[in-house]
Amino acid sequence: MSKNKIVLEVKGLTKQFPGVLANDNINFDLHKAEIHALLGENGAGKSTLMNLIYGLHNADKGEILVNGKTAAIESPKDSIALGIGMVHQHFMLIPVFTVAENVMLGDETVKNGSLDRTAVAARINEISKQYSLDVDPNAIVGSLPVGIQQRVEIVKTLYRNAEIVILDEPTAVLTPQEADDLFRIMRDLTARGVSIIFITHKLKEVLAVADRITVMRAGRVVDTVVPAKTDSAQLANMMVGRQVILTVPKKDRKANGEILKVENVSVRDQRDLETVHNVSFSVFGGEVFGIAGVQGNGQTELSEALTGLRTPTGGKVTIAGKDLTGKSPRIITESGLAHIPEDRQRHGLVLNYSVVDNMALCDYYHAPFSQRGVLQPDALDKNARKLIKEYDVRTPSPFVSAGNLSGGNQQKVIIARELSRDVKLVIANQPTRGLDVGSIEYIHTEIIKMRDRGVAVLLISAELDEIMALSDRIAVMYRGQIVAIVETKKTTREQLGLWMAGVHAERK
Amino acid sequence: MNSRRFGFIAIIIIVLFSVVVSIGKVKQPPLLIVTSMLATTIAVATPLTLGALSGVFSERAGVVNIGIEGMMLTSAFFGWLGAIYMYHVFGFNNGISIVLGLIFAIITGGLMALLHAVLSITFKVDQIIGGTVINILAIGLTGFLNRQLFFGKNSFFGGSVPSSPGVLPTLHIPITEIFAPICSSEACLQGINAINRVFDQKPVAISAILLVFISHYILFNTRWGLRTRAVGEHPKAADTVGINVIKMRYANVIIGGMFAGLAGAYFTIESVPSFEPLLTNGRGFISLAAMIFGNWTPIGAWAAALVFGASQAMLINMQIFRDVIPPQWAFLQESYIVGLTPYILTMFILTGIIGKTTPPAADGVPYEK
Repeated sequence: MSKNKIVLEVKGLTKQFPGVLANDNINFDLHKAEIHALLGENGAGKSTLMNLIYGLHNADKGEILVNGKTAAIESPKDSIALGIGMVHQHFMLIPVFTVAENVMLGDETVKNGSLDRTAVAARINEISKQYSLDVDPNAIVGSLPVGIQQRVEIVKTLYRNAEIVILDEPTAVLTPQEADDLFRIMRDLTARGVSIIFITHKLKEVLAVADRITVMRAGRVVDTVVPAKTDSAQLANMMVGRQVILTVPKKDRKANGEILKVENVSVRDQRDLETVHNVSFSVFGGEVFGIAGVQGNGQTELSEALTGLRTPTGGKVTIAGKDLTGKSPRIITESGLAHIPEDRQRHGLVLNYSVVDNMALCDYYHAPFSQRGVLQPDALDKNARKLIKEYDVRTPSPFVSAGNLSGGNQQKVIIARELSRDVKLVIANQPTRGLDVGSIEYIHTEIIKMRDRGVAVLLISAELDEIMALSDRIAVMYRGQIVAIVETKKTTREQLGLWMAGVHAERK
Repeated sequence: MNSRRFGFIAIIIIVLFSVVVSIGKVKQPPLLIVTSMLATTIAVATPLTLGALSGVFSERAGVVNIGIEGMMLTSAFFGWLGAIYMYHVFGFNNGISIVLGLIFAIITGGLMALLHAVLSITFKVDQIIGGTVINILAIGLTGFLNRQLFFGKNSFFGGSVPSSPGVLPTLHIPITEIFAPICSSEACLQGINAINRVFDQKPVAISAILLVFISHYILFNTRWGLRTRAVGEHPKAADTVGINVIKMRYANVIIGGMFAGLAGAYFTIESVPSFEPLLTNGRGFISLAAMIFGNWTPIGAWAAALVFGASQAMLINMQIFRDVIPPQWAFLQESYIVGLTPYILTMFILTGIIGKTTPPAADGVPYEK
């Protein structure tokens, strides 16, 4: 980059939250027309830093300079006025409003006291054309696909003449193709002089699009590097602070008998819409069977139907030769299922219960935990201490309530409870969502261990990298149907991405 | 509001009117019955319309308001008390005292709403509890002051309620005068006279109708409305574009309270010049039903309020035609049966028989940064 003019500079920024020093003396700068990636694990302080720059929080110490001048940013109003725009991880869009209404909100064009929707729509079309964003100003936002909603967010910042755009984990909700589109848009933006801060924890993306990379860990900046002089392994080490295995090594699979058999299963969701149509597949012992797909394509309902949380409207589910269609979760669990649910806080744990009690949620009602209907505290306690040690759960004591643990350790409590039992089938739905590199490594290792012991593993994940790294065979779900089942070795990321986006032409 | 809902409303109103016309036609010409019922419908729908608008503003901004009943009751009392004080103590003439009473009522509504706003926005009290507090407070406060001020020992007015300065006058809209010259027959003249009765309403009733359309315009076509709805749908999104969520919510809850205050004024400043404990008699809650049935839109809420108005108009007109009710419909002679109509309609409508309504997404959820 020849135009090394600094548009945004942060000096010694410090922010203390109760109990955590979220940002500790942060120094950071952004050049004109560059994509500067901010990389770090959850809780590293990336979002806090951005919230300080955008004015959602106020710093305790330090200063922010925009175009070389000290800026007093107390609220988003101030940052918007300084030409800073932010695309939040969870979109800040109002689903029932049109695109135009969302874009103008807070900066409305008014003619004779009335909203001037025509003028705003014209302006959106102009921006949309300039950056090939292809956004219809009159569409209702809630009816648009996620990728387009994200573009609406980008239009929102450009409408306010933003010259600095912060993208907070923008690819988390996108298919690989949508992500590629986004990267194209990001480059278009920088070509026109916009500077971008790109927050993520995905190493591959950073190396692909960033001009510079700043890594944060535990509230501090570790270092700023350029992609040419680094690689995934080094970045991961900087993020976690130790050596990390990014891809768990695994031996060739030794598949044995069919464990899970799903035949023509259909499921309706709570709005009574059929979200899973006529799905069939089998999972064998000793293999990981991955289901890829963008979130919301029926994976949740499918896994609920398989684990007994929801009754399928049609079809048959067989586990180890036993028909378990529509049976209760307890019967299914007793037949040898380990379930790592999608929402660990709602379905995986009782947050108010201690780690001891959570560890026994599947078995509390029979010996040794229960004798003649009375719980045996000693047995529960012994069990918990053993599992805490075995599965490396970091908790101050076994009696701490599960809600007080970090996300990674909550997931370890579930893994310990589920995988320590004598199971034939593991259903893991989004097992690493929201977790940091270190915890992901641990969970991946445990899943592969189960597979190597001859257990059948059904892995459902929206993270294509995770699916590719762990699965022996992959199914792709799109709009409630399985559109393809392939061996991992015989496919590519791009092919899977196309299937996930609903492009079926190449279907084999 | 979809057309199906408006159709349902139209059918109910037509049914209610038809019942009265079919009974009363032996005594009066149908046109006269219909126009007089329409006039009553519009008049008695006034507090319901205003109450529903009160809810629309508050809930569109994300604050559930079940305290409308209490706000109406308090405003009815203080509006009336204010008018009496202005007249008897400060010696203003009738007209000025009544207008000042009206202003007192509106301010009282605003203040009660301010209390609700402080509880639910600043202190994040459960909004249903907050509204219940308002309702209980209103009953206690008005009952207590009514007793103490007029009937207590050493009470200012010496143990009796003084005469009130009166009520707001009916505004005559000169339809008859304009159209009479083109009439050639007596029947035509009578018809125009009858129609004119529909439009001869009192000021609060007329302002309620105007406010329906003004509110609709404000909510859906102005900056204020866009921001209000944004704050009620997704306050965080509004915050990130620099909108002050807390301020918007306070302002809209207070505006809503002033609407409820105007509704209160209807009872004691426009309808009858007296106050009795509990005089709002659940109309605040029926307003809420109208607001919900109207899907949180001013025009929809007004249409729903008219249904309740029509059922009350039926009750009133049934009294007039009591002696001509055919024996096979004798149960309609019992006013308590006809009097149940608005409440049965409320329950019926709220069962969601005409499809679901969607409240603002953040309705009832306190905003935390």
